[in-house]
Amino acid sequence: MLEKDELTQRKLLHLINGFYTQLESGEIPALLLPTRTKANIAYDDESEVWVYGERESTRSAKTTRGAYQLLKTSYVVDFVNTQLKQAKSSTLRELYYISENWDLAKFGEQQESDRLIEDLEIVSELQREDFHIRPEEDGASIMGPLRIREKTRRGTKTIHCQEDVGEAGYQVPCNVDALEFLEHDARLVIAIETGGMRDRLIENEFDEKFDAIIIHLKGQPARSTRRLMKRISEELKLPVAVFTDGDPWSYRIFASVAYGSIKSAHLSEYMAAPAAMFVGIRPSDIINYELPNDKLTDQDIRALHSLLSDPRFDSEFWRSEVNLQLELNKKSEQQSLAKYGLDFVTDTYLPERLTEMGII
Amino acid sequence: MAIAEELAKKQRVISVAEFFEKNRQILGFDSAPRSLITCVKEAVDNALDACEDASILPDIFVQVARAGDDTFLVTVEDNGPGIVKEQIPRIFAKLLYGSRFHVLKQSRGQQGIGISAAVLYSQLTSGKPTKITSRIGLNDPAHYYELIINTKINEPEILVERTTEWDRPHGTRIEMEIEASYVRGRRQSIHEYLKSTAIVNPHARLTLIEPDGNMMVFDRATDIMPPQPKEIMPHPDGIELGTLIKMLRYTERQKLVSFLMNEFSRMGRKTAEDICKDAAIDPSEIPANISHDQAKHLLGAFRKVRIQAPPMDCLSPIGEDQIYQGLEKEYDVDFISTTTRSATVHSGNPFIVEAGIAFGGSLPKEDRIEILRFANKVPLLYQQGGCAITHAISDVNWKNYDLNQSGGTGIPVGPAVVFVHVASTKVPFTSESKDAIADIPEIMNEIKLAVQEVARDTKNYLSRKKLLERRKDKEEIIKKILPKMVAKVSSILGKEEPDIRPVIAKIMGNVLVQREVTSKADGCFVSLKVRNFDEHARSFKLHELFKYDVLEAPEAKIMKVGNSTSLVWKISLVPGEQKVLSYNIECSGTPELQAPIAEGIDKEIITGAKVV
Repeated sequence: MLEKDELTQRKLLHLINGFYTQLESGEIPALLLPTRTKANIAYDDESEVWVYGERESTRSAKTTRGAYQLLKTSYVVDFVNTQLKQAKSSTLRELYYISENWDLAKFGEQQESDRLIEDLEIVSELQREDFHIRPEEDGASIMGPLRIREKTRRGTKTIHCQEDVGEAGYQVPCNVDALEFLEHDARLVIAIETGGMRDRLIENEFDEKFDAIIIHLKGQPARSTRRLMKRISEELKLPVAVFTDGDPWSYRIFASVAYGSIKSAHLSEYMAAPAAMFVGIRPSDIINYELPNDKLTDQDIRALHSLLSDPRFDSEFWRSEVNLQLELNKKSEQQSLAKYGLDFVTDTYLPERLTEMGII
Repeated sequence: MAIAEELAKKQRVISVAEFFEKNRQILGFDSAPRSLITCVKEAVDNALDACEDASILPDIFVQVARAGDDTFLVTVEDNGPGIVKEQIPRIFAKLLYGSRFHVLKQSRGQQGIGISAAVLYSQLTSGKPTKITSRIGLNDPAHYYELIINTKINEPEILVERTTEWDRPHGTRIEMEIEASYVRGRRQSIHEYLKSTAIVNPHARLTLIEPDGNMMVFDRATDIMPPQPKEIMPHPDGIELGTLIKMLRYTERQKLVSFLMNEFSRMGRKTAEDICKDAAIDPSEIPANISHDQAKHLLGAFRKVRIQAPPMDCLSPIGEDQIYQGLEKEYDVDFISTTTRSATVHSGNPFIVEAGIAFGGSLPKEDRIEILRFANKVPLLYQQGGCAITHAISDVNWKNYDLNQSGGTGIPVGPAVVFVHVASTKVPFTSESKDAIADIPEIMNEIKLAVQEVARDTKNYLSRKKLLERRKDKEEIIKKILPKMVAKVSSILGKEEPDIRPVIAKIMGNVLVQREVTSKADGCFVSLKVRNFDEHARSFKLHELFKYDVLEAPEAKIMKVGNSTSLVWKISLVPGEQKVLSYNIECSGTPELQAPIAEGIDKEIITGAKVV
């Protein structure tokens, strides 16, 4: 067994041994975990990202819910342990399906098993890759003046993310740490939420005109995408701009890139890129640019109110923008800029905004 | 000619029948579906009243058949006592003819309008006569009539009159053709009306044949007849001045005191004399000579002098058990509670409120609760919003009883049916069509109290259920989940499975007894660790029974039982407290010991000891 895997195994068995000791000494088995809510994330001055705070909650076999979770935890550890011994790996989805055979310890839905793996990451201070568990996520794509080297199964490949790729760009692998950035001529990185806008920028040759590395986030970004943003931001020392729709869900996308997400705050230091900046669409753009818009739904309104109590959004900028949006009762998409023609976003909106923010 | 004389020529008496002909909505004939329900209801009410008077278990047959494009033939047949020949035309074809109007006794019909109004409606809309068959006994022939009402003079007109063959030994059958429409699937329908009727008359069997030939039977839930209501005299409480003056004028009694004693209920000599004294009237005064002012004083004395509540036997409540059976028969629910309150009075009329609630089961959780309203055992289907029953239910704060009620008022939401029955010698309806009970404060208050009573029962049931569920949850943990977890954890580590009884005791909140034995050269040292994990203090006795000699057992009472020895400890433990009991016995090697025995404690709350 690899040394790394042995360490993982030791940490997992330590956890199980904790349960055993509790049972043996007549204590009700329990597990302490940080509370994973927005009320329990704190800003870490050193890493400049949001991590879990002091609050902990106990998962105890005193309740049926807690007892089931601990039972499932034991089964997952057993599974991971065996996997490590046999030098195999599996996906999150496979783990969910394997639990079909676990009788009472079977997961009701994949979300539940995904979450349990995150819990294991937190208590063991490891990452799911250490458990040989892979995500199924759709990673980001890159287009821009950047040369990378990737270790693949068929040897090491060097790829230029403009010259050596098709229209779809360079597809980032799951394991971002297998990449090496060789050289670049870029002045900025711009991360785009939607595919339509990403294609618009490429068709309008934004990457060439502005020496930009264009990254497609594909909605709520996968871990690999966020890790990539973090590495580009820190290793290439380039400004990172995030360009999304103008609704609460998009602001959350930006927050998870820049500040770290609530669900995986234990990995913020590894994945969040605090230098990233929010370009838009801002609620004030809806008025200033007279953008075509939609009415907020009830869920939108609830999500906006929730942002107001989210410590990550506790700044003058966000407070005024969120309150403005609630007042307007409107939201706009990135592509609504097309009202002023297809070139407006690349010729006017982005250059103006990026200049204003001091990025170009 | 003077104008007054001119006008006088036009003025003439309107017959009651003519009046209703022009104002039929007053009697509940305002729409086609409603007219059908009213006709069936009037016939069924009469049938039930007749059976009850004769102490016969009702067996009522209702058929609605299509007759023309928008007319239906309604047939209602009962096994009641039948009607004597001479009475038949007037009962069915003369308005305001009846036996109950002048009687203070609870009955479904009161004014003698209902069935003749249905006959009138039939003749107005179909132009056909109503056909009546009735027989009073096996030795009498069945009589057949075809009748219409002469509306000008409000008298029956007999079109056909003959005897006929009928297979029933006694009973009455009425056939009417009416303009109507048959609806299904809503509260105001024949089906729902009969279902509700079946709930409040669990001693009746009702059979319905719908226009498409579909037959439904609402079978009886009990063979016990409800008690017969008795006639009573008016109760002095709340009688109106006009009524009192009328009674004083027409009484045959010669003395005020005997008038009071004989023409009111609950009026003994002592009470009657007290009243005369309070009103400052000579008890031997002739009633007809009592002045208007004196009558007022008399009325005031009625209020001041304590008079016993009116007798209940003039009322026939359905009964708690019968309501329970009725609800259980028609609804699939988890819990039912019913109550019959004691009788009280409104305006001199005694009344009783009964309430029931059916909860849970297959009732919809997201809808407003269903309200079943009844007055004198007759379901009220219309004008729910204008009824005292609905108002009283809306006034109850249902949040106290675990039902949703936005704003703390109004009809609550939840899986419940609330049943309310108001029985009285005179139910105060808001209109002649008898759809809704008027908001009389005394009645509202009684309804509220009755409903709160059954709601409280429901709340208790729910909290009991919650407690049981929590207990069940814990059992799931200790019996299913924990053993699997122990097995898994131990197998991962390759260790032996630990004893988890202490953990179980902790989870269950139990008292735990653990025994440890150490064998030494000078005997076996046994210690019993007893710990209370419960939230309550526990006191009980613990026994050890064995065939060894005791060397030492401080704190224990030692007894010889045959050739065995018994040690007994009295133990009291506050929550969380632990005690260690130890003794020393003479034995080499491991002693053979049975599980410790506990006495005076439930077996559910102790682990590690056998309870006797």
